[in-house]
Amino acid sequence: MGSLFRSEEMALCQLFLQSEAAYACVSELGELGLVQFRDLNPDVNAFQRKFVNEVRRCDEMERKLRYLEKEIKKDGIPMLDTGESPEAPQPREMIDLEATFEKLENELREVNQNAEALKRNFLELTELKHILRKTQVFFDEQEGGLNHTTESMTRALITDEARTAGASMGPVQLGFVAGVISREKLPAFERMLWRACRGNVFLRQAMIESPLEDPTNGDQVYKSVFIIFFQGDQLKTRVKKICEGFRATLYPCPEAPADRREMAMGVMTRIEDLNTVLGQTQDHRHRVLVAAAKNLKNWFVKVRKIKAIYHTLNLFNLDVTQKCLIAECWVPLLDFETIQLALRRGTERSGSSVPPILNRMQTFENPPTYNRTNKFTKAFQALIDAYGVASYREMNPAPYTIITFPFLFAVMFGDIGHGAIMALFGLWMIRKEKGLAAQKTDNEIWNIFFGGRYIIFLMGVFSMYTGLIYNDIFSKSLNIFGSHWHLSYNKSTVWNNKMLQLSPATSDYEGTPYPFGMDPIWQVATSNKIVFQNAYKMKISIILGVLHMIFGVVMSWHNHTYFRNRLSLIYEFIPQLVFLLLLFFYMVLLMFIKWNRYAATNAMPFTESCAPSILITFIDMVLFNEPKTPPKGCETPYMFWGQHFIQVVFVLIALGCIPVMLLGKPIKIMQARKLANVQPITGTDAEVGGMSNGGAVGAGGGHHDEEEMSEIFIHQGIHTIEYVLGSVSHTASYLRLWALSLAHAQLAEVLWTMVLSIGLNKEDWVGGIILTVVFSFWAILTVGILVLMEGLSAFLHTLRLHWVEFQSKFYLGQGYAFQPFSFDTIIENGGGASGDAE
Amino acid sequence: MKICGPKCSLCGLIISVWGIVQLVLMGLFFYIHSVALIEDLPLLEEYENLDAFYTAANAAYTQNAYNCWIAACIYVLTLLLSAQQFYMNSRVTAN
Repeated sequence: MGSLFRSEEMALCQLFLQSEAAYACVSELGELGLVQFRDLNPDVNAFQRKFVNEVRRCDEMERKLRYLEKEIKKDGIPMLDTGESPEAPQPREMIDLEATFEKLENELREVNQNAEALKRNFLELTELKHILRKTQVFFDEQEGGLNHTTESMTRALITDEARTAGASMGPVQLGFVAGVISREKLPAFERMLWRACRGNVFLRQAMIESPLEDPTNGDQVYKSVFIIFFQGDQLKTRVKKICEGFRATLYPCPEAPADRREMAMGVMTRIEDLNTVLGQTQDHRHRVLVAAAKNLKNWFVKVRKIKAIYHTLNLFNLDVTQKCLIAECWVPLLDFETIQLALRRGTERSGSSVPPILNRMQTFENPPTYNRTNKFTKAFQALIDAYGVASYREMNPAPYTIITFPFLFAVMFGDIGHGAIMALFGLWMIRKEKGLAAQKTDNEIWNIFFGGRYIIFLMGVFSMYTGLIYNDIFSKSLNIFGSHWHLSYNKSTVWNNKMLQLSPATSDYEGTPYPFGMDPIWQVATSNKIVFQNAYKMKISIILGVLHMIFGVVMSWHNHTYFRNRLSLIYEFIPQLVFLLLLFFYMVLLMFIKWNRYAATNAMPFTESCAPSILITFIDMVLFNEPKTPPKGCETPYMFWGQHFIQVVFVLIALGCIPVMLLGKPIKIMQARKLANVQPITGTDAEVGGMSNGGAVGAGGGHHDEEEMSEIFIHQGIHTIEYVLGSVSHTASYLRLWALSLAHAQLAEVLWTMVLSIGLNKEDWVGGIILTVVFSFWAILTVGILVLMEGLSAFLHTLRLHWVEFQSKFYLGQGYAFQPFSFDTIIENGGGASGDAE
Repeated sequence: MKICGPKCSLCGLIISVWGIVQLVLMGLFFYIHSVALIEDLPLLEEYENLDAFYTAANAAYTQNAYNCWIAACIYVLTLLLSAQQFYMNSRVTAN
């Protein structure tokens, strides 16, 4: 029985694979994605496992692929992604792949190194070219105003020290060095030179306008040409040392202008040649990368699959004869045949003669929970699993959530306009599913919205329905069928009175209700619209809540019958149901009776002023109070004959259920144990297995044997108090359905009257233009506040109602999820750690 | 040529379509003197007599209807503008 009502039946199987066939079989199982392997070597650390070398080789291949990917991304080459998943290659193909990657990596590294060397060369030549150009200026000055300027320069530089020695000398012969330094270091460089050489050197610098490319990291750096004039060898060494320290590159610059011109020409030709070679190197690199980019995604998938297979093989045990591998795995029973078929395929592919053996094992362990979902039910199952994965084979709340979740959301959200916006958004995502799913983004929020597209669509559609019931579209009502309320006052009365009341007892009201939903007249009844709708929405919230909770308790009946838990069925389910029905369902019945019996057009004592408050009735019922005397003319505070007697009986029975819940099951267990101790253990009361059915059989759960009696009493006490007090608090909790729908309606109204009305209240034609602007504001606020914020809020509250109020009645949620070994999940997660560990 | 980027033009497109649909309908509802929209009319607090009120209300209804339709027409223009921007942006990214 494979369905969404319960999780699938699982079996623990042992798999015997011949060593040659193991790789192919695991590959087939990975494609299938239905088997969860257990780690049979938990004590062995990662480096001592059998296939650690292969895993290491795969890691190495992945590293090479990542390097290639980085280079491809750097050049901005698009990588082809066909979306199809190649099969895991055979072990012998792995060697070919390794060789290919090795070759590609080496080639790329070589190309990169060459490119770097060429660029360095290029940089030097360019700097030399700039130096030759700039120093031309310096030397011109020196030669032109040779005597005059140099004298003044030297006089300025060489102050006291040399005055004695060189004052008589004429123009001194200056040595110089020329070089290039980055602009940022220039001021510090100058200062250092000044201090170290005591002001005896002369620096001239000129900026290089265009930035130069740094060969190692490709940055663009601004540099300046400088030339330093000095006299003497000592200064020369000092200057050279300082240049080294500041990482300025020095170039030999010939003094004579003719030499410089020749050098400049030579440098230009060399730069041209270098440019061509550099261009060709880049082309080659580009070609290599483009060729690699075509297959890169494919290779990634292949390598990840190989790695996953070897990780899985590491979990296996080698048997005594060393010829075959043993694995233990969890398998859904329904897929047994499929898996055997896959194993047979794998054995055929590997050409092995020995067929694989898959046989079931008996176990008392708790199997994992597996729910087979499709793209529609997946989201709802995820909502349930977020709270807790279902215990093995217990009732799965997911299929009911498909309807109850959007419905309860819609009760809180009811607005045709906002529902339409949500439904259209959901519909767009559903129509463009394939395309949107293919663009894998990292944006968490978008992924959440996209994952819940079916939920959003259903919520929108249901909200449009409740919007029709509440007759609310962007806070205005639609008058489709014509209001059933009419004005019966004459003109002078209407003219003279600011507020008038229409009574349903008179001809103001037609006598039959508006065919579908809330009468549109209520939108203009500004003073008592909220009071009227409150009465309706509160009652409907309690009705829906009590029905939802009864449904939850009935689900526990299914659980108890399935797990043959007779004690729970008699001593838990029945008193729980009786308690809930006799108190809260009775209150719901009172609401329907009140709606039926009392009307404004009825005569006394069934006119509307005699209708008793249900809440007060309920409180009086539980506290055994005498109800207050009704107003004059209403003979009795009760709605029907015999109500007092029925109420007393109901409350007494309900109170009587509490000790049954509290003590029934523990006392029965105590008695059963006493019997078991008196008789020898014949196996009637002891456990009778429970592998695939998973539960306990017999007089009430053999697994209770381990627990102490006091523990059992305490657990039952907690359970009972939780249920009894919870039934009151959860019923009241469902009033949030009313509260949120009220808040939503009021917010919509405020937004209309405060924002959109501004555009509508204008007298002239200018109103049209103002309306245009105001409408945009109103639209953005509607989407931001009412759809997004209120939608999120209602979603959260609905989720809470499901998780706490509904599921606490029957759901244990203590299972663990089935995580099969599946290539699809591994590749989707980007090939993280092995995807099969449990 | 490019006034706004892809997101802005998409936003403009959606709001324009929504605006056209809603404003045409609202104009229609004002034109048929729907009572639900009576709070949104530019009316004075007090009128001399009932007929003055009725004429003012009728005029206000038709005026508002025309205003809504004018706004809808302006949104047609913004729709064309946003659509053109959107297609231009998508062509740029495709290239």
